[in-house]
Amino acid sequence: MKGIYTWGAILVIVFASVVGDVLLARAMKQVGDVGELRRRVGVLAVIGRTLGNSSFLLGVAAMAVAFFSLLFALSWGDVSLVAPAAASLTFIGNAVAAKIFLHERVDRRRWIAASLVAAGVALLAG
Amino acid sequence: MFAAAGDSMLSHGMKQTGSISLNHLQGVIFAILNPWVAIGIFLLLAFFATYMTALSWADLTYVLPATSLGYVILALVAKFALHEQVSPMRWMGIALITGGVGFIAGGPELTKHGEGGALGELPAVPPAKSPLLAEDARNGAPSGVEL
Repeated sequence: MKGIYTWGAILVIVFASVVGDVLLARAMKQVGDVGELRRRVGVLAVIGRTLGNSSFLLGVAAMAVAFFSLLFALSWGDVSLVAPAAASLTFIGNAVAAKIFLHERVDRRRWIAASLVAAGVALLAG
Repeated sequence: MFAAAGDSMLSHGMKQTGSISLNHLQGVIFAILNPWVAIGIFLLLAFFATYMTALSWADLTYVLPATSLGYVILALVAKFALHEQVSPMRWMGIALITGGVGFIAGGPELTKHGEGGALGELPAVPPAKSPLLAEDARNGAPSGVEL
């Protein structure tokens, strides 16, 4: 029973952090190249523009959900299961989501990279 | 430029993860008043800001694996600064992450712009592109001459 709770929480973490990452990435693409913008309009304007972006705010909210579900998962399951499972599944989930929602060109090179990193993180955190 | 930005990003990431592990060592109740936690929160913010900056000019699928180098740096810090035992499994994990990051770092493009859909067929495009560009130049040059 505990296992189901733990895996459910892991899935929520992965889902929330993938949603958060995608929203944040979209927000920053909407804001534009920060280095270039800073030269043109100044740091404060860049920060203001970022904080005023609705995707950014939703992304941060999703990240907060991910963080609190991580806390829940840690109270139900072992760190050695929850941390690597959530982290590595997030990498794979992000590659899929970036392809679908951000229309990033996820070629074979990036798939391999995402899988390698996911496996590496699982080994490191495990 | 990318290397510099990446470096600052990763060092922030590393410090962020590092301070979090220190965070775990302390009691959570006293944690709020602990200077380590204050530093940790500050570094977290710094990491977040650099992460956002990187996202503004690079793909999510590029930035995310790159930030995972932070795990590697954390493991190396644990080994050399904290003299922790790093097991063979973890060395394998480090090798996999480094390999994966190397894979995208050597990749074709950092950013894929919407209009640059042609980047999709990288092997095919560069040979095809140069004749096209040459044609464009040829087409452009006469009109320029006419003007």
